[in-house]
Amino acid sequence: MVDIMGALAPATRTYKDYSQPLWRRLLLSREAAVIGALALVIIVSMISVKSFSKPITVTYLFLDIAPILLIALPMTLIIITGEIDLSVASIVGLSSVTLGVLHQGGMPIEGAAVVSLLVGAAAGALNGFLITVVGLPSLAVTIGTLALYRGLAVGLLGTKAVTEFTEFWTDLAKSKIPGTTIPSVVVLIVVLAIVFVVLLHFTKFGRGIYAIGLSPETARFSGIRVERTKFILFVIAGLISALAGIYYTLRFSSARGDNAAGLELSVIAAVMIGGVSIFGGRGTLVGPLAGAVLIGVLASALRLANVTSDVINIITGALLVASVVGTSFLAWARKSRSRPGGKKPEPLTGAKS
Amino acid sequence: MFGNTRKARIGAIAGLALSVALVATGCAATDGGSGDGGEGSGELSVTFLPKNLGNAYFDTSYDGGKEAIEEFGGTAAEVGPATGSPDGQVSYINTLAQQGVGAIVLSANDPTALCDAVNEARDNGVKVVTFDADTSPDCRDLFINQAEAEGIAKIQVDLISEQIGDAGKIAILSATANATNQNAWIELMETELAANHPNIELVEVVYGDDDDQTSFDKTAALLQTYPDLKGIVSPTTVGIAAAARYLQTSEFKGKVQLTGLGTPNQMRDFVEDGTVTAFALWNPSDLGYLAAFAAKALIDGDITGAEGDTFDAGKLGSYTVGADATVLLGDPYVFNAENIADFDF
Repeated sequence: MVDIMGALAPATRTYKDYSQPLWRRLLLSREAAVIGALALVIIVSMISVKSFSKPITVTYLFLDIAPILLIALPMTLIIITGEIDLSVASIVGLSSVTLGVLHQGGMPIEGAAVVSLLVGAAAGALNGFLITVVGLPSLAVTIGTLALYRGLAVGLLGTKAVTEFTEFWTDLAKSKIPGTTIPSVVVLIVVLAIVFVVLLHFTKFGRGIYAIGLSPETARFSGIRVERTKFILFVIAGLISALAGIYYTLRFSSARGDNAAGLELSVIAAVMIGGVSIFGGRGTLVGPLAGAVLIGVLASALRLANVTSDVINIITGALLVASVVGTSFLAWARKSRSRPGGKKPEPLTGAKS
Repeated sequence: MFGNTRKARIGAIAGLALSVALVATGCAATDGGSGDGGEGSGELSVTFLPKNLGNAYFDTSYDGGKEAIEEFGGTAAEVGPATGSPDGQVSYINTLAQQGVGAIVLSANDPTALCDAVNEARDNGVKVVTFDADTSPDCRDLFINQAEAEGIAKIQVDLISEQIGDAGKIAILSATANATNQNAWIELMETELAANHPNIELVEVVYGDDDDQTSFDKTAALLQTYPDLKGIVSPTTVGIAAAARYLQTSEFKGKVQLTGLGTPNQMRDFVEDGTVTAFALWNPSDLGYLAAFAAKALIDGDITGAEGDTFDAGKLGSYTVGADATVLLGDPYVFNAENIADFDF
């Protein structure tokens, strides 16, 4: 407990202090704080919540949070550029309905899934077009398309649901890695997570994402194609949301217009709990993934302890507020403190706060 | 300078400590508070899982269920998602399966999306009774049907004929023109009228599209078109409330009778001031009560859900399982000025 507190205190350091050894920098990072909190919640739950330590918990946990984990990947990148995409859950619904309607019309799942992915990419492209070409703020655009895509989804199917899907695919969506209780969808998430980590942290494109978040002007003058980068990110977000929609549809064997309503808030909460700054320029992918698991574990443990859904929402919300307030408060505290060692982080942090 | 720094740092640590403590106590504290919950030894623990929480209809059902569960000495609990979504319910069904409760009493948000989760729970020995909204028959043990189409049609015809003296012109204010339930009821009402009430003439069926304003306007139009209209039947909760609102302030109040399917909270004012004499619906409290006793009978092994199985349901008497593992609650319940105060949904 005390160790975690110690780790949390300086955890929001904006720029790594390279005078410290690597292990210490890792331990003091924001991600370590989230992972520490996650470990703490898991340990407390295992001790105090009956049935939580059963292996089946892992199965249900990952089946539940898979869409959040998937969409958190592109959402992290978008938020690091300083933008936001609120329409992701509506794209999940739209792709779910597309899959359902086409499959009902006689198209095999494989073909319908490809069309759904294209619809998702097109929805993302429309977001990207309005934001980068027309130049509208992403918050306004995606609030609009949140309603638009959800409306299309509900309009296509009405209040009906398509529930007949090929058993092979619905079984696959719920299957487990042989010999474990871990759902197979985790493999997909791990593969995509590796792709996104490489993209964000080890490519020029990824460095450009941070540069845009810190200062679009500087990024532009440094030769980064700001508009193109953002456009690509919104298309990727549409594509991954559609993928999540296909998974969602097959997992529940149900294509409905209201599928995954409100999921965007869980995704954004996970990203922010994971230490990504809503103002852009800061964050990693590990944090949001840990944040999503943290939200999932909390919800799972609280449900097992017979806590009502309202209280679960309150606790998740409080956690989000606390993590954001904690970050800002620490940034302020750090700024108002002069360091005796002669190293002055002021010019650096000042640039972004 | 240094003191200031330390204070800031301590404050910062305190801030984050709070967030972690909140998370930690969130789990620890709730564990103690789940005394009456379905902690689930499997012994007669019955958990209600409505479409969503905070819905007066389901609160009333659960009150009835709780009464039954207390009567037979089981443990009652109610869990559910905040919004009526199937995925939220799946998480709760999974959780209840993990806890190993005796039975789940479920109102399904989707007939098939819940099936896999429900079947997993049943494989773990949990009995599943649906009420209010059914799942596919192959993924639950029993469905408690609130009312049959014949019963719903007959009670409305009985009410209106009683209110207008079994003679005169009536009209029907329905939901949408293609609403499956309403159309089935209207067809049965027409049959019933033709067979047993030859002096009542059904002049028109109008559609308010389950929209308050449209239903209101259609009521006004009906009364202008047929000045000698004696009664209106509205087999939809939106329609009956809108029609009552029109009648309440019009010259037709008391002259034109209105009945149909409504909820007590919507209709209370109109019944109390005499605009509406009586209307029908099922009693959600009895529905929950019966579902709880059905769950008990399944847990005890008294019934398996086979057609012809009979079980005892406390104050409601004895019930028999019908085709498709369905139990019918009984005739619809008539609400009037005398009993409406007893209901809050």
